[in-house]
Amino acid sequence: MKAIVHIRPRSGVLDPQGQAVAGALKHMGFDEVLSARQGKIIELELGDDDEQAVRQRVQKMCEHLLANTVIEDFSISIEP
Amino acid sequence: MNAAVIVFPGSNCDRDAVCALRDHTAKSVHRVWHRDTYLPKVDLVLLPGGFSYGDYLRSGAIAARSPIMAAVQAHAKRGGLVVGICNGFQILTETHLLPGALMRNAGLKFLCKSTPLRIENADTPFTRAYDDHGETAIPIAHHDGNYFADEDTLDRLEGQGQIVFRYVNNPNGSSRDIAGITNKAGNVLGMMPHPERAVDPLTGETGGLAFFKSLAGAMA
Repeated sequence: MKAIVHIRPRSGVLDPQGQAVAGALKHMGFDEVLSARQGKIIELELGDDDEQAVRQRVQKMCEHLLANTVIEDFSISIEP
Repeated sequence: MNAAVIVFPGSNCDRDAVCALRDHTAKSVHRVWHRDTYLPKVDLVLLPGGFSYGDYLRSGAIAARSPIMAAVQAHAKRGGLVVGICNGFQILTETHLLPGALMRNAGLKFLCKSTPLRIENADTPFTRAYDDHGETAIPIAHHDGNYFADEDTLDRLEGQGQIVFRYVNNPNGSSRDIAGITNKAGNVLGMMPHPERAVDPLTGETGGLAFFKSLAGAMA
C-alpha cells in the first residue's frame, strides 16, 4: 500500500519561496498567477494492507517527523 | 565546569565551539557523537552549527530525532544548561525544547556577515557578562534563520523576558527581530548568530567572548 503525504506552508505563514515562484511566473508572462505556495510530497511504500491502520500510522509519522505543525499543514492520501 | 558538544553528521562548527568553551568557559569539553545515548557528567550541552543531515526534510528535523537527543532533553528537564547555535537552534525548536520554528530567510539568500545585536536580557546565564540593552556584533551564517511563532507565543516570549538577542537591522525577516530566545525556565538558549566565531581578534571580532565568559560565570 502507498501513502502520499502533501506538506505545505500553513496559511498565514510567510512563504518566500512560493512568492519567488509566483514572481518568476508573472515575469515570464503568466499574468493569471495570483499566488503560489511551495510545499513537498513524500511517497511512502508500506508493508501493511489495512487502510485504517496505515492512515493512523502515517498521521503519527507526520506529527512526529514529516511535518512541522508550527509552520506546515499536511494531508494524507492512500493508494492501494 | 564540564561541557559537551554534540556532533551530528554535517555539523561544522563543533570544533570552533570546543575551542571557545575550552579557552573561556569549561575545564573539560567532551565531543559526543549523535548516536551515543548517554551524556558524560556535564553542566552544559552545546548543539553546534552546521548542516546536520544535509538539512534534509527541514533544517534540524532529523538531528532532533537522533539517539543522543533523549539524553539532551533529560539534561534540560533537570535544569542543565543547553545552548543551540544556528543549526543547534533549529534542532532545539524541532525537539520542542524551544517554541517556534526557523524558516527560509525572507530574502531567500544565504546570509554570512557580521551582524549587530542588542542584548535584550542580560539577566541570563548566557548573557551576564554583556551590558543590559547594550549592543554587540556577532556573525551570522544561515539560510533558514527567519524565526516564526504565532502572536500569542511571541507575546509570551516578550512578557517573560525570553527574548535574549535581537537584530539591530533585521537581516532575515525574523518575527520581532528575534535572534535568540530562551525557554521559560531560562536554562535552554537558541540563537542564530555564531558567538564561537567571534572570540579571537585574529578572526576579526570578539563580540562572542562575553557569551562564553557569561557561561563560565554561570557555572563557577
